Amino acid sequence: MVKILETMNKDVWVFIEQRNGKPADVSFELLSKGRKLAETLNGSLKAVVIGYNVNNIIEETFKYGAEEVLTIDHPELEHYKTMPYSRILNELVEKHSPRVVLFGATIIGRDLAPRVASHTKSGLTADCTDLQISNVKYLKKDYEDLLLQIRPAFGGNIIATIITPDNPTQMATVREGVMRLEPLDKPVKGKVTKIDYQPDGLDDIIKIIEQHREESKVNLKAASIIVSGGYGLGTRENFNLIHELADVLGGEVAGSRAAVDAGFISHDHQVGQTGVTVRPKLYIACGISGAIQHRAGMAESNKIIAINTDPDAPIFGIAHYGIVGDAMQIIPMFINVFKQKLR
Amino acid sequence: MDLHSIVMVKQVPDTANISGQVMKDDGTVNRAKLPAIFNHEDRVALELALQIKDKFGGKVTVITMGPPRASDILRECLYMGADEAVLISDRKFAGADTLATSYVLSEAINKLGKYDFVFAGRQAIDGDTAQVGPQTAEKLNIPQITYAEEILDVSESSVKIKRKIEGGYEILESKLPVLITVLKDASFPRPYKAKRVMAYKNAKTLIELEKLTEGNSLLYIDQLKDEYVSKQLYIQTLTMDDLKLDEKRCGVHGSPTKVHKIQSVVLAGGNHEMIEPSKTGIGILIDKLMEDHILG
Repeated sequence: MVKILETMNKDVWVFIEQRNGKPADVSFELLSKGRKLAETLNGSLKAVVIGYNVNNIIEETFKYGAEEVLTIDHPELEHYKTMPYSRILNELVEKHSPRVVLFGATIIGRDLAPRVASHTKSGLTADCTDLQISNVKYLKKDYEDLLLQIRPAFGGNIIATIITPDNPTQMATVREGVMRLEPLDKPVKGKVTKIDYQPDGLDDIIKIIEQHREESKVNLKAASIIVSGGYGLGTRENFNLIHELADVLGGEVAGSRAAVDAGFISHDHQVGQTGVTVRPKLYIACGISGAIQHRAGMAESNKIIAINTDPDAPIFGIAHYGIVGDAMQIIPMFINVFKQKLR
Repeated sequence: MDLHSIVMVKQVPDTANISGQVMKDDGTVNRAKLPAIFNHEDRVALELALQIKDKFGGKVTVITMGPPRASDILRECLYMGADEAVLISDRKFAGADTLATSYVLSEAINKLGKYDFVFAGRQAIDGDTAQVGPQTAEKLNIPQITYAEEILDVSESSVKIKRKIEGGYEILESKLPVLITVLKDASFPRPYKAKRVMAYKNAKTLIELEKLTEGNSLLYIDQLKDEYVSKQLYIQTLTMDDLKLDEKRCGVHGSPTKVHKIQSVVLAGGNHEMIEPSKTGIGILIDKLMEDHILG
């Protein structure tokens, strides 16, 4: 058995992402998951907070069980910049060799994590849909307590379990909504370790000239009813029916990746492995075949209705109610009948 | 201005169009049966590099790491307007994860001489990891701009780029050299030029030239190569030894991540209740949902 040596670090780190001083939900979701991983590993859960005036964010990480916060607070770090952020993380990871480092699979996380993984020669797996700790037998060797990085691969036809057996640090990115947000009843009394910002000549090699950001009006994660459309709807015009049904039911509109790629709807509405993971009371999948990447993002919905012309579509495999038929005919029928019932 | 752009391109299995034939009986994917295509975002990256060349002069070099048949996409790059194409191919690269891939690519780029830009698509559709770009930039010790939407301005020593961020965009100015990964909407790749297709359809890698000499005692590989070089039809072909790489950092040996288990996706039998596609059927369904306090 390749044991984790007593001298080896068993800590789980989560990079806490903030935009304009507002922490990203996904970071707290990862702390919630990280807490369980750290328990299994017998290590501690640590949050890395980089930014400016981040005291509130630090306090919030304690609600999710961070036992220690490593923080660098400096005006130069107010906005995410690849060079200083990656340099700081490189130095921290090199110094402490945490066992696991988790990042949100956001634009920032996907810009930062590979750079840090490259510098520290760590393994990195993108867009994991599950993370576990387990003993592993690999190439006739037994390894203790490896991070299982589980993700659909190859067009969703397979689910791969990736491991990083021989390197001290295992890194992974996870999309928003995949892990459940689980605040503690009572925040922990975590330690705050402040680190000085020491500028480097390369920090400013890229300058931010301007930034425009609008609060997304889409909040799929909070919606209790979601009406979702797929490529099967055929056109952007047909997709309007999805909006209509969502309006009538008081739900949110979502789409599969194929619908987003076809331009039927914007990416912030995408449900699935490379979009958002949702768990609404009701999920109505219209013209969605149900590739594993999509199912990964909605399979835990309380009730699923699938509408598809193909009776063999995989989406029926996880649906509670199945309607075989053309969504273009079924949806108007649904709207009519529902309106009548409300009267 | 004389700007040199290097574009990293990848040939990928067409994972979006997996048909029945491609799936084996045990539910795994038969890679050999998958059509191989030019990763679209890489094609957009090449387009941006060509636009810079059109405007400011200079040179565009495309490189790919892959099996011998990846030369197909290099020829496509030449049809679009790339000046030079480089295939990096070696059995010892097999099984490389993104870290090992970025090592090979960065070493190859270092050997191509001075450059101002390295372009790549944001991600390749076979893995969707978006990691090779940033990891290559880190190894080259140059800055990176990922998720680029538009090149706004180029000067001899800097570039201004609009990139996507969560909920909006930002405009960044970077010194050169810089590595840029581009989104698919950043531009529309130009069609092939008929003249270039006629000229470069015969462009060949060393591996392809070796195939020609097999079984033909009148052809000598060195002579043939010289001939193709002089006709500008030679696609530079580099192996691990050519690049003097550390074998321990290549392929499966150089990859910290390993595939531990692969499960084919087995579809559950489906315990769903069938609803008639009629007003009556849908009425019954809505009643149930209302009873369960899900609707209404």
